[in-house]
Amino acid sequence: MLAGVYDSIFALSPNAPSALALFAGDPLAHLHALDVAVIAIYFAMVIWIGFYLKGLANTSEEFFMAGREMTAWIAGLSFVSANLGSLELMGWAGSTYQYGILAAHWYWIGAIPAMLFLGMVMMPFYYVCRTHSVPGYLKLRYGQGASVVSAVSFALMTVLMSGVNMFAMAEVMRVVLGWDLNFSIVVSSLAVAAYVALGGLRSAIFNEVLQFVLIWAGALLVPILGLVEAGGWSGLKARIARNVAEGIIPAGDYTHMWRSMGHFSSNPMGIHWTGIVFGLGFAISFGYWTTDFLVVQRVLSADNLRSARMAPIIGSFFKMAVPFIVILPGLLGLAMLKNPDGTPMVLVGQDQVSALHPHSYNEVLPLMMVRYLGPGLLGLGITALIAGFMSGMAGNVSAFSAVWTYDIYQPLIVKNAPDSHYVSVGRWATILGVIVSIGTAYMVMSAHGIMDYVQALFSFFISPLLGVVLMGMFWKRGTRAGGFWGLLIGTLASIGLWAWVKVDPSALRYVALSRDAKSMAEDMYRALWSVSVAVIVTFAVSLFGRPRPVEELNGLVYGATRLPAEPPAPFWKSEWFWTAVAILLLVVVNIIFW
Amino acid sequence: MHSARISIWFFIGVLLAVYGAMILGYGIFSLASGETASVALANLHAPVWWGALLAALGLFYLVKFRPRAGKK
Repeated sequence: MLAGVYDSIFALSPNAPSALALFAGDPLAHLHALDVAVIAIYFAMVIWIGFYLKGLANTSEEFFMAGREMTAWIAGLSFVSANLGSLELMGWAGSTYQYGILAAHWYWIGAIPAMLFLGMVMMPFYYVCRTHSVPGYLKLRYGQGASVVSAVSFALMTVLMSGVNMFAMAEVMRVVLGWDLNFSIVVSSLAVAAYVALGGLRSAIFNEVLQFVLIWAGALLVPILGLVEAGGWSGLKARIARNVAEGIIPAGDYTHMWRSMGHFSSNPMGIHWTGIVFGLGFAISFGYWTTDFLVVQRVLSADNLRSARMAPIIGSFFKMAVPFIVILPGLLGLAMLKNPDGTPMVLVGQDQVSALHPHSYNEVLPLMMVRYLGPGLLGLGITALIAGFMSGMAGNVSAFSAVWTYDIYQPLIVKNAPDSHYVSVGRWATILGVIVSIGTAYMVMSAHGIMDYVQALFSFFISPLLGVVLMGMFWKRGTRAGGFWGLLIGTLASIGLWAWVKVDPSALRYVALSRDAKSMAEDMYRALWSVSVAVIVTFAVSLFGRPRPVEELNGLVYGATRLPAEPPAPFWKSEWFWTAVAILLLVVVNIIFW
Repeated sequence: MHSARISIWFFIGVLLAVYGAMILGYGIFSLASGETASVALANLHAPVWWGALLAALGLFYLVKFRPRAGKK
């Protein structure tokens, strides 16, 4: 899901010498003393929260699950915020400049159905079985084998992704503000390590909610002022059309989401609508939003089942609104950015950056901030970017700490230690996770190609895991061997398809069903193939095994679980009502921007 | 240890109130002195109304979720 984002941010790396030579001595923004004060106050606040919450993280349930006492609102905002890193903000704003409003698919059909499915269908099983992680659910359902495969791959990928995130943040701060890479890495990692190690998941969640508010406070002014200057949505469309007609920006339909999806070659992303609906809308987004423990952990911290179901639904409304601060600035960049001499500013691909066009697509969001935000407001915007990065890093590190302690250390290394021992291990795992992340960040800095492989590795595990979890939740007949082999062979299939296209690019016509498909389409179809393989293998292997007795599956499988009765609530507090509203809104926005 | 647990919304209130006051203060100063930043739409004085909005929101959360003894 994030591959495209990382691709676009990766383009900011020092591997692109021409651009960075320019940026090295001439950052995009110059901070006023007021901006520096805004950033410094933010760091002081996150550390204060960490120290304050230290006293509330004494047991493993408190440290790893935030005591399971978060309200639906806090769990829901944290659920969205853990995903809303600055790579999302800057990467998708850049992709919008390049591809237009097509990028909004990643926020709407590529997120909302999966979030609602998690809340309404899957969360009861995760919550009722009292698991503390997704590998923990696999252990309860399929046994130790599938759980260990999932836990080890997740732990490894999480710290690697955290390192990639850290490097990307340092790189962005260097490009935007001219900050030294080492300074950014050390300061951000110390802050994240301090507040997560001190306060555990509760601290990570509190900071994520804080960061979510800051992201809106810092970024919302850009689209508001941009729309005022452009003359509203119709004025913006007219300006983009004029820039297209005058050849200032490449020809294309930048303001419609579905009209150009009839064929791979008729849209700049090289995607067919089947890839968007089934690949992105199912295989990738369901894999990410329903089985990636980084986000699911936030919902598991809810104080009761109704809150756990409402949290992703609340999150879905905010996710639907995020294009306002991400997609809209990208579109506004197509129409409103100006050079110092008043001529239209044209952003280009990283490999086309030159003295004539010194800025790439990826810089559209900071450029828009610099255009509209003066002292203080610019500091707030930059703080929003830093907050986004830190929430992503904290999410990775806190999820790593829980999976390492519960799903690797406890079952495989030290089985029967006192609870305080596991809390201590969790705190050290947090620090270890940050250290490994720093190591990964420097590894990526010295050999940038590693970043591509880290992203690819992450994508290998998510979709097969979805297939195995779905089979486990909705098919009583699924066996331990079925789950283990489904996960393993599904993952190997994903790796195999990726390697096949790497070795022989013409294989794209088989993997992505068209010669015209581009890399994003390949990701979507590969996810679809791997989830299909995982489901088929789990099914086939299970047919040859002995299923577990139904009474052992209570709390784990649909049809074998007695869900606790929820107290009656008026319709406006019902999760079904708000799910229906979210679906209706999703349909409406897609029709409006059809 | 913690006689009154502080709500996350209180922390958010503190931050928004402080940021709002700083940005509003700068906005009023630039409005009074005529020294506006060289950004697009500077004539709209965004720091004044955005800072005021943040400060108002922050104060609302500060008051509504202030720590009180015996209340979580």
